[in-house]
Amino acid sequence: MTGPLERLGRWALERLTALGRANLFLLRLLGALGFLLRRPGLLVKQLYAVGVLSLPIILVSGLFVGMVLGLQGYANLVYFGATSSLGTVVALSLVRELGPVLTALLYAGRAGSALTAEIGLMKATEQLASMQMMAVDPFARVLAPRFLAGFVAVPLLTAIFTAVGILGGYLVAVVQLGVDGGAFWAQMQARVLLWEDIGNGVIVKSVVFALLANWIALFEGYEAHPTSEGVSLATTQTVVVTSLAVLGGDFLLTALMFGVW
Amino acid sequence: MPSSALPSDVTPPCEGQLVTVRGLSFHRGERAIFREVDLDIPRGKVTAIMGPSGTGKTTLLRLLGGQIRPDAGLIEVDGLRVPELGRLELYQLRQRMGMLFQSGALFTDLNVFDNVAFPLREHTRLSENLIHTLVLMKLEAVGLRGARELMPAELSGGMARRVALARAIALDPMMVLYDEPFAGQDPISMGVLTQLIRTLNDALCLTSIIVSHDVKETAAIADYLYLLSDGQIVEHGTPAELGRSPSPWVDQFMHARPDGPMSFHYPAPAYESELLLRDAA
Repeated sequence: MTGPLERLGRWALERLTALGRANLFLLRLLGALGFLLRRPGLLVKQLYAVGVLSLPIILVSGLFVGMVLGLQGYANLVYFGATSSLGTVVALSLVRELGPVLTALLYAGRAGSALTAEIGLMKATEQLASMQMMAVDPFARVLAPRFLAGFVAVPLLTAIFTAVGILGGYLVAVVQLGVDGGAFWAQMQARVLLWEDIGNGVIVKSVVFALLANWIALFEGYEAHPTSEGVSLATTQTVVVTSLAVLGGDFLLTALMFGVW
Repeated sequence: MPSSALPSDVTPPCEGQLVTVRGLSFHRGERAIFREVDLDIPRGKVTAIMGPSGTGKTTLLRLLGGQIRPDAGLIEVDGLRVPELGRLELYQLRQRMGMLFQSGALFTDLNVFDNVAFPLREHTRLSENLIHTLVLMKLEAVGLRGARELMPAELSGGMARRVALARAIALDPMMVLYDEPFAGQDPISMGVLTQLIRTLNDALCLTSIIVSHDVKETAAIADYLYLLSDGQIVEHGTPAELGRSPSPWVDQFMHARPDGPMSFHYPAPAYESELLLRDAA
């Protein structure tokens, strides 16, 4: 019978081994990206699958998040007579935090889980093995296009989410609640900085989250046990691990970027 | 050109050994899948490797294709030592191999035509016109030219296996590996596949290696049989020779007898004592 300490040790060793495998997987994936220079069509197809098809959920979510921010911001700022700052509040919330984080979480749920299930099923149905036996490297032919497409798509989706969110905030604050439109845009223009806010938030954070979300999704699919239960578990793992990685990563990045530490 | 006109160091395409396996050992965890296995596969013949489920037949194909490496022993395909090949050399060798997977392993996002065209598009620079012609030729050979627009989900199990066979021979390989080609097939599909494997082998001068436990169908088309059990080759010979074998194990397997040297029961404690112990508890 194994003691708790032995089980803990085994669990820790398994996690460490998995982390090592994940790193080797990423290195091999990066090495396979050169293949896409010869086959850009594969990238375009995946950009459609993970990027364009994620647009509806990003647009709708972004709009609602922006509208909620507008409502909540107004409800609090009105007590201080500071509703003219609403544009800044909405924009900074979206640009620095909610845009990159929520886009990554929505992407993990919509496209990341789909990537895991697709790769896991290709493994379970021996499609990846048959590709290898046809002397075609699945890393180059299957995984690399999906990885690069996701890597390109997430920052773009983040920018779209943020822009639509700001529009949602404008609709609620200016059109619905009567906040002055000029103040809404002028305060935003004055307070939101190009590199400190947009560069750090929309660009750096979303690039890091894109790497994490796609790496985790593809690795989980590739490592899935080739059974229906294994694919189901891998899909769940993708959403859970990506969410934790994004939220944990967001805390670290925020602390580093905005001068708390 | 007659074979006598070939230079002495050139092997005629349908003669000699294509695959040589010596002292092959392979373990999965503590369990020995193969122990010191030797076998030879001649060119241009249909060789079958048979044995009960779980004896490592599919593992043997994966070892021959270089998908896994043995713990010890020599695996030589067309003069190349497979476990020692780098990825590039292995991929070059695999371009001369075809493999029919048990599930067919067709790409579910591609239709029948694109599945068969896949290896041609990946490995050649042929024009789409020529690829179209070649794919139609391969599909005609397996009787599915008319099904080229169908998606894999629209195919029956037998049709999927035939499309996979057309894909496996798309690059005109020297050798085709068949993993349980008859499993789960209705009698008509089984008959079609049996005939196709033999006909393609002879017409294209292929070397076919079939892994199967379907005795009747496999023995009907194989030139030579190896019987695997408990990690070792227990018998080998032509189907006629094995049919006359005095070995009780061969007799049990070839004639599908439920009991014999290979027990019907998985190893377990005595039945009575287990029931009595449970009652006592």
